[in-house]
Amino acid sequence: MDFRALSSPHAALPSRVNQVMLDVILALAPGALAMTWYFGWGVAVNMGIAALTAVGSEALVMRWRGKPAAPVVGDLSALVTALLLGICLPPLLPWWITALGTAFAIVIVKQLYGGLGYNPFNPAMAGYVLLLISYPVQMTNWLPPSMLNTHPLGLGDTLVATFTGHLPAGLTWDSVSGATPLDEMRTRLAMHQMISEIRQSPLWGSFGARGWEWVGNWYLLGGLYLLWRRVITWQIPVSMLGALTLVAGLFWALDPQTHPFPAFHLFSGGAMLGAFFIATDPVTASTTRKGQLIYGAGIGVLVYIIRTWGGYPDAIAFSVLLMNIAAPTIDSYTQPRVFGHKGPRSD
Amino acid sequence: MLTAILTVTALALAFGLLLGYASARFHVEGDPIVAKIDELLPQTQCGQCGFAGCRPYAEAIASGESEINRCAPGGEATILSLADLLGRDPVPMDESLAAKVPSLAVIDEHLCIGCTLCLQACPVDAILGAAKQMHTVIASECTGCELCLPPCPVDCIRMEPIPQEIRTWRWPFPGIAGRDIGVSAAA
Amino acid sequence: MSSTVSPFAPQPAQRRLWQFPGGLHLPDNKLQSTGRPISPAPLPPRLILPLQQHIGAPSELLVKPGEQVLKGQQIARAKGYVSAALHAPTSGRVSAIGPHPVPHPSGLSAPCIHIETDGAEEWAELPPPLPDFEQIEAATLRERIRWAGLVGLGGAAFPSAVKLNPGPDQPIHTLILNGAECEPYITCDDMLMRERADEVIAGARVLLHILGADRCLIGVEDNKPEAIAALRRALQGAGTLPIEVVVIPTLYPSGGEKQLIRVLTGREVPSNSIPAQIGVVCHNVGTAAAAADAVLHGRPLISRVVTLTGAAMAEPQNREVLIGTPADWLIAASGGYRPELARLVLGGPMMGISLHTDGIPLTKGANCLLATSAAESPHPGPALACIRCGACARCCPVSLLPQQLYWFARARDFDRIQDYDLFDCIECGCCAYVCPSQIPLVQYYRFAKTEIWAQEEEKRKADRARRRHEARVARLERLEQERKSRLRKRKEELSEGTAPSSGTAPGAHAKKAAIEAAMRRVAEKKSAEAVAPANTAELTEAQSRKIEAVKARRRGTAQGTEPAPEPAEDGEP
Repeated sequence: MDFRALSSPHAALPSRVNQVMLDVILALAPGALAMTWYFGWGVAVNMGIAALTAVGSEALVMRWRGKPAAPVVGDLSALVTALLLGICLPPLLPWWITALGTAFAIVIVKQLYGGLGYNPFNPAMAGYVLLLISYPVQMTNWLPPSMLNTHPLGLGDTLVATFTGHLPAGLTWDSVSGATPLDEMRTRLAMHQMISEIRQSPLWGSFGARGWEWVGNWYLLGGLYLLWRRVITWQIPVSMLGALTLVAGLFWALDPQTHPFPAFHLFSGGAMLGAFFIATDPVTASTTRKGQLIYGAGIGVLVYIIRTWGGYPDAIAFSVLLMNIAAPTIDSYTQPRVFGHKGPRSD
Repeated sequence: MLTAILTVTALALAFGLLLGYASARFHVEGDPIVAKIDELLPQTQCGQCGFAGCRPYAEAIASGESEINRCAPGGEATILSLADLLGRDPVPMDESLAAKVPSLAVIDEHLCIGCTLCLQACPVDAILGAAKQMHTVIASECTGCELCLPPCPVDCIRMEPIPQEIRTWRWPFPGIAGRDIGVSAAA
Repeated sequence: MSSTVSPFAPQPAQRRLWQFPGGLHLPDNKLQSTGRPISPAPLPPRLILPLQQHIGAPSELLVKPGEQVLKGQQIARAKGYVSAALHAPTSGRVSAIGPHPVPHPSGLSAPCIHIETDGAEEWAELPPPLPDFEQIEAATLRERIRWAGLVGLGGAAFPSAVKLNPGPDQPIHTLILNGAECEPYITCDDMLMRERADEVIAGARVLLHILGADRCLIGVEDNKPEAIAALRRALQGAGTLPIEVVVIPTLYPSGGEKQLIRVLTGREVPSNSIPAQIGVVCHNVGTAAAAADAVLHGRPLISRVVTLTGAAMAEPQNREVLIGTPADWLIAASGGYRPELARLVLGGPMMGISLHTDGIPLTKGANCLLATSAAESPHPGPALACIRCGACARCCPVSLLPQQLYWFARARDFDRIQDYDLFDCIECGCCAYVCPSQIPLVQYYRFAKTEIWAQEEEKRKADRARRRHEARVARLERLEQERKSRLRKRKEELSEGTAPSSGTAPGAHAKKAAIEAAMRRVAEKKSAEAVAPANTAELTEAQSRKIEAVKARRRGTAQGTEPAPEPAEDGEP
């Protein structure tokens, strides 16, 4: 009797890329729902536009490359990139800006380098940075959280605002938008206000910014789910949040009136999202265990530096991209000792 | 505007002089690259590349006289390693050189007349014999260059492909076929 | 599952265990085949015995086609030191000696001895049993094991006599018996330990004596409680021996030699080295039992326990099988396949080889025939791009970087891949198992290893060819120089000879002329020989008769081997 000979292993393999991506999407869901709850339909609309653009542009690129599109789109990595980018964008961002950022992320940052696994930079963060520096006004036009929002917009109004740029009658952009807590913190610190004063503002909640702190919690929950499912390892989130806490704590201890409490940094902006979903992107992060600790710590320190002394209020995207550049070097210097060898490889 | 032009010209001159000095100061006699190229060639000395042996071909590559894709016994692997050594792009094998199956020369003893013509033709002295004595090919030393076939007056030498052995079997590259390593091979 | 160890038996003291990096928890799939005891397989009508069933040089034939052989008779002997003998597993007739497909991923054939069994099971004369082996010298016992054709029965099939001879500068303090059997589905060692624990312990004593080791540790994974109990019972009955059954956590691949040594002793075998260098020797429990058989009963290795299992095996079980039994015959005689058969694997699901055909013989290293259904071993589909997740590096038991090895193997960068210690890879398959992109990682590494070996072989050949070519060029130059100098000398002598010289005797002149004439004749003859073929026109009758006799002899030997080669010219190697 003749058989087809195949190479080992000869068992059902437990892990597939699209299952890993589905887990990530599942873990993102609580955070995404929280964002939509606090900041309106715009978040969901952004994610939807981004998702459609990502899948469409990836299919188009595969067609141009002359390869079958279905397996590549089916591994859901483009979808995850789109959802992560969409969740970072301001809720009422014009649709074409969202689409542009996503298309750039998929076509140029990911596919032009060879597709999944070959890109050196995190596509979602590279797309975000492109939009931030190209359209600074629209990208800093955030909405206040629902508990402070005097003019919440329904789904219909959101869609109209996103696609046509028109707000419902009687509203102006100034009246609907508000600064993000990080933005507010920077501006007021620059005006030499004390932390205790700044904290009186209605923007602040118990340990972070109103609304944002809860979103941070839900991201944290999603992150713990990913850890439990072994989709990510603990090294990057722990080192990133740990380094951020340490540095923030150090400066807060030195001068509590000009440096916010560490919890503020952890639960405002994209720190939680960054720690569990963005920095842990396997393709662009460091791969060795020791290397991941260094990589995560590097991101944490850079986030604090850029937030405090840099030019932008939120620094996750820049920090991640900077450490992406360092990742291969970190990898080559942190190789584990091979079983049966005396010391690390002499490269 | 003028300052900029003058500055750049001055810089270019300075660097040019520096490079010229360096090329004179660190000049290397001879061409060590020839030895390195020769090391990558299979040493069959068959002449199929059009040169009188492997060393002349290596010299031709080093001087730019010949492309790196003319070695038939070396095959694709040699082209890739030469490309790697010289920092050039790999090129496909020259069309005039057919793909060769590794073979060994075998002398048919019924026909051999002991003329020693093939002995003299073999570039690695892999044929044993003497005048009016039987000739035979030392199989372990034969490189398959086929230079002994033309001189034989009675045409008693043939090339036999080397059979695939378990000891020398190679795992296939998991490329298009992926995990599939084929259905039952020939018994 | 009822263990009959007395509940009042003293619990062994908790022994310290170490960990190796990585490893995987795999589904055991062992209960399928442990439901019944080991049953002897029926006698097959023919046996096929490859001459190479072990690592090392193939065995040398001792029999011819048509010869009658008896059970246990040596039919091939070890060739050189690292080699093993081969014995007829039953009595019969050697029907043929020729190539036959053997268990190898290539599906190629190798020389085999084909035996037609006669059913008589008549034993050959065996060497005497040595029940008081502890009084006998180790060298004698090693010779017995070497005679018995013993090889590692865990799958590696390394000649055991060689492993038992580490030499005087490598003293052995620990003998380890590998009863871990970490790979899923395989249960032959488990059943052997359950049913023949006494033989395993006897084997441990024999090996301890041969090696002069201080202690023996039998490592068994904790998913084999019955085997552990059986071994401990056997130990109780054997008095005080420095043998201990150590229970280790179930983790794949803790049955790998270097991994097991690490778990039991905490020591790491240095890379590119053997365990004997750190004073440890590791043998499979089946090998130990076979060693006991060879020493205590004088029987050679002619059979082994094989597990038949898998969802597509109709009756999963363990059978005692004669070496050389064809796999298809054995499966048919043991219940056959189920219709959902998709793949036939020799070995386990992680390291086993997928067979092209089931017509291959079972050799000394065959531990399991795994017939899987499509659900058990689905085709994973085309591999996706590597997403650099690092799951492979996390589970590698050798702490390699499978990702890097993969990239270099793909790029065919065989220098860099060796910088990353490719040859330390034990091909356990953990990395390929966890890869979310379903990349056949182990195949990349096997490809790289065989390519590197082939390249090294080609380089050696090329170096030899270059040296021979250079020697030839030098020889021709030297001959040319000699010829030129001879011509020069002749010219000088001729010019000296023709110049009128006063005072030379006429006799001397005539002599010189005679010498010149002779030299001219020789030179002519030489130049004539170099160009024309053999001139047979001027032969005497005696010479012709001699030539005819030589030709006739040549015709007679031309069918067999080539005539003996003449000594090489001019100092060739």
